Amino acid sequence: MSHTLSQTDDRLLVELEGQLDIGNRQALKDAVLQAVGQGVRLVIVDCARATFIDSSGLGALVSLSKRLREVGGDLRLCALNADLWSLFELTRLDAIFPQFASRDDAMAGA
Amino acid sequence: MPTPMRGARVERTASDDLVREWTLAADVQAIGPVVQMVQRMCEAAGFSARQCALQVPVALTEALANAIQCGASDASVQLRVEIAADTLHIAVHDSGTGFDLDRCTEGPGSANWLDREDGRGVFLMRALMDHVESVVVPQQDGHTLRLQLRRS
Repeated sequence: MSHTLSQTDDRLLVELEGQLDIGNRQALKDAVLQAVGQGVRLVIVDCARATFIDSSGLGALVSLSKRLREVGGDLRLCALNADLWSLFELTRLDAIFPQFASRDDAMAGA
Repeated sequence: MPTPMRGARVERTASDDLVREWTLAADVQAIGPVVQMVQRMCEAAGFSARQCALQVPVALTEALANAIQCGASDASVQLRVEIAADTLHIAVHDSGTGFDLDRCTEGPGSANWLDREDGRGVFLMRALMDHVESVVVPQQDGHTLRLQLRRS
């Protein structure tokens, strides 16, 4: 798995590729938390090219979402396929991660 | 850069490619390459796209991560994967003392479920597999976690 970061002002786009799991969750957390420390307040995680997410990956997203909310920001997920989204439904994490179809929708919060 | 097979090696391959065993170093970086190989076994055996893309990799990653984190720190983890008839059988053996699955009842109704970073692994294994059991054999070292999934 890899992730690509693109920052514009206080917005950060994270493009996931491959799996987000115990082997790489810390790298993602470190990168996003560093950006939050530099003033980022809206993080969009594009999952279009993500394959699967394990409990560690889910935990990393929960932790980052919590941190963003603490500083008045938000973390939003977009472009999840049906299988991936079903993980959020199974774990009821859809309660804190609304599903956005596209990056634009996630940016707008609509 | 680590090689793709870091920490993992094929111990035995049956002639029909339906039984494979690996010994992994106690390093979470060893998990990914092995999970990919098991996914390919399941694809070749006709398991569904959802099973191959989500259920098997997530549940197997959880089982291996648990073994690596809960087993003895200087020991390896053994993985055996068998596809017999229409069922995937996974056995993950570590040198730890195991845990009581019956006491792992945490789920979406548990306190702080939506805020916690960890503690969803057993729930996910149960939700994605048909059967999960923890086995400790008296007079033998270690602990084995067994997962089963019927092909759909």
